Amino acid sequence: MANSEYLVQVEHLKEYFSVRSGFGKSIPLKAVDDVSFSIRPGETLGLVGESGCGKTTVGRTLLQLYKPTGGRITFDGDVLYDSGEQYDENGRLKVDANGKPVLGKKVSVNMLPYRKQMQMVFQDPYSSLNPRMTVEDIIGEPLDVHKLCKNSKERRDRVMELMELVGLNAEHAMRYPHEFSGGQRQRIGIARALAVNPKFIVCDEPVSALDVSIQAQVVNMFEDLQEKLGVAYLFIAHDLLVVHHISDRIAVMYLGKMMELADSDELNDNPIHPYTQSLLSAVPIPDPETARNSKRIVLEGDVPSPLHMPSGCPFRTRCRYATEQCAQEMPPLKDRGNGHYVACWNK
Amino acid sequence: MSKKHDSDYISAKKSRQISRFNRKLTKKLEKERNDASKDPALYTTTMKDPGNVVEFDNVCTYFFTDIGTVKAVDGVTFNVPKRATVGVVGESGCGKSVTSLSLMQLLQRPTGQTVGGEIRFNIGDGKALNIVKAPTAKMQEIRGNRVSMIFQEPMTSLNPVFRIGQQVNEVLELHHPEMSEEEVKARTLEMLELVGIANKEGVYNMYPHELSGGMRQRVMIAMALACEPDILIADEPTTALDVTIQAQILELMQDLQKKLGMAIIIVTHDLGVIASMCDEIIVMYGGRVCERGTADDIFYRPAHEYTKGLLRSIPSTQNMNERLIPIGGTPINMLDLPKGCAFCPRCDSAMKICLREQPVEMEISDTHHASCWMNVKNAKEGK
Ligand SMILES: Nc1ncnc2c1ncn2[C@@H]1O[C@H](COP(=O)(O)OP(=O)(O)OP(=O)(O)O)[C@@H](O)[C@H]1O
Ligand SMILES: Nc1ncnc2c1ncn2[C@@H]1O[C@H](COP(=O)(O)OP(=O)(O)OP(=O)(O)O)[C@@H](O)[C@H]1O
Ligand code: SF4
Ligand SMILES: [Mg+2]
Ligand SMILES: [Mg+2]
Repeated sequence: MANSEYLVQVEHLKEYFSVRSGFGKSIPLKAVDDVSFSIRPGETLGLVGESGCGKTTVGRTLLQLYKPTGGRITFDGDVLYDSGEQYDENGRLKVDANGKPVLGKKVSVNMLPYRKQMQMVFQDPYSSLNPRMTVEDIIGEPLDVHKLCKNSKERRDRVMELMELVGLNAEHAMRYPHEFSGGQRQRIGIARALAVNPKFIVCDEPVSALDVSIQAQVVNMFEDLQEKLGVAYLFIAHDLLVVHHISDRIAVMYLGKMMELADSDELNDNPIHPYTQSLLSAVPIPDPETARNSKRIVLEGDVPSPLHMPSGCPFRTRCRYATEQCAQEMPPLKDRGNGHYVACWNK
Repeated sequence: MSKKHDSDYISAKKSRQISRFNRKLTKKLEKERNDASKDPALYTTTMKDPGNVVEFDNVCTYFFTDIGTVKAVDGVTFNVPKRATVGVVGESGCGKSVTSLSLMQLLQRPTGQTVGGEIRFNIGDGKALNIVKAPTAKMQEIRGNRVSMIFQEPMTSLNPVFRIGQQVNEVLELHHPEMSEEEVKARTLEMLELVGIANKEGVYNMYPHELSGGMRQRVMIAMALACEPDILIADEPTTALDVTIQAQILELMQDLQKKLGMAIIIVTHDLGVIASMCDEIIVMYGGRVCERGTADDIFYRPAHEYTKGLLRSIPSTQNMNERLIPIGGTPINMLDLPKGCAFCPRCDSAMKICLREQPVEMEISDTHHASCWMNVKNAKEGK
């Protein structure tokens, strides 16, 4: 099943956290529930959705910083994790006569050799860097962990090279993180992620904490690095305009489920899922003329708590098109042509 | 980098000197402000235009800190017409919040003081209350009553140990002692309904932590509008919320504005929110207004180099496939403002005069004003 066209393949990924309910009992919080997507080498897949919908958890589980609850993760042709669960062509879990899942072979590999190729950049440039380490040591640390440099001179040269790559001045090497602005700190985090020559980086809201004028610098840098080094990104953000600008394809999540996945321009011009439609119409466009002419689809109500997930499609409580069927079963994510995937019974 | 930052590090002796000086100065200012018996003639004046709710006139608000004076707001002038929505935008730290806190007089005192200019608040018959000079007691009368504010993080302004109903009641009780207990409760429930809370009786008895972020912001709006203020200040009212909830809140604010006929000042760094909400936009940089005009003036005919840079740097539907063009340089250090134009160190069009002199505000059209020497140059050259 491993398809060599893709660098990263995620199938039916699940991540359930157990949280304590009021009565001392543990109940599962389905942070990510049956999510599938793939990323080509050198491609950027944007991941959007409301706060708490599971974006960060997807990124972390994909890198196995959290142990997955179920699903399969393939990287560069190697299966990194497989819970053994089997699915039919409609995306339904295969079960035996007793309702127990039919299990195939389980896989769980040692991630250390893969850590070099899969990296992560974090949201907060202020707290994700060790304040007591110099910039040189922060960027050099992964080089030491993976023993990539023979001597200190080689290490130093590599750090300089990386700093130059992300647009930091080599003179800054001996400084500490607090001496830098938000945009510069984000560059340090990125240089560190790039140190081990990864093929794939999970970028978790890398520009959300930055001022607009600095955001543009960082977005440009991500694009330049991709052109130069051919890295693929999973780019998580809640600013849809930034995501549209940087991504080749965009995936939309709602309450732990994948709702729609399509080419960026296609998703923006022709959103099919009712949630994506309201999400896009809610984005305030920085242009008065467009703002005057556009009609917002204002959603009723709040996002339900992930602990009291509605049955069937999680969006049905706020959806204008919801029918009986939506309460019964979660719609499968189906290709509507041209790789435009939608999970909705009625659209 | 370190050279520039050296100005932040000063010797202990120097710091003590500054702090002694600050204490003397702020003590004097505080005494003046707390003088309840002050002659009303000292803080009553006339509106320039009775069609405005508020007129900011050369307002200066400084923070007297131990490492020096932060001129957070330094000569800000703009008007808020009745029933209008005015947006304030600009980089983080440019003085947006301090401008709105000056109007509320909710500055962190005694460090923060409005030291100059006038803030005229329309009290009818063309008369105005000068908020800069008004004593604390006078401010308490109008704050929350005729001027209200909602903040970015509703959790910090709602008291976690009191029920929602009690907190809204309290605002009404404070400003309308003549209302009976039943009247207050009825009004509170009416307000909760007005801001779109379906389960108003239930929410009345809930604590803040039992509500979602969007619901809390609705409660904040209900509290702010309970006394039907003349002006509502919303400082980043939706920054902590998701886009779909943000859309609900913005819609609600516009809706209530029509119903209650108040003016709104909305402070945000989100140009999308500004474009879709505002009649008039104030662009700030380094504690000053660098450009003001209608939404069309600012977005289609920007006349200050900072505004132009800001518009180029945001992703929009027009530049999806192009590279973004960031504003170069580093954000301004408010302790060490340049002598000339504050934007000069980052400006690609900067000329000699920009280094030397603060640009004067030029009228581009009836509605549009900008403080950038480029306009003077262009005017001279007949462009
Ligand atoms: N370690 C954890 N233990 C228990 N619950 C968790 C944990 N991490 C996340 N969650 C829960 O899982 C859900 C998804 O969280 P996640 O952080 O992935 O959301 P997100 O989409 O990244 O949100 P945001 O946009 O706010 O960053 C949330 O309901 C969150 O409370
Ligand atoms: N209590 C204070 N003491 C000292 N300086 C202060 C204080 N409050 C604000 N300042 C300074 O005043 C300047 C203006 O701050 P303000 O909060 O108005 O910025 P802002 O434009 O609202 O920024 P943001 O978009 O980040 O909210 C900043 O440089 C800030 O450091
Ligand atoms: S006044 Fe000069 S430095 Fe300031 S923005 Fe205009 S051109 Fe640039
Ligand atoms: Mg997250
Ligand atoms: Mg602010």
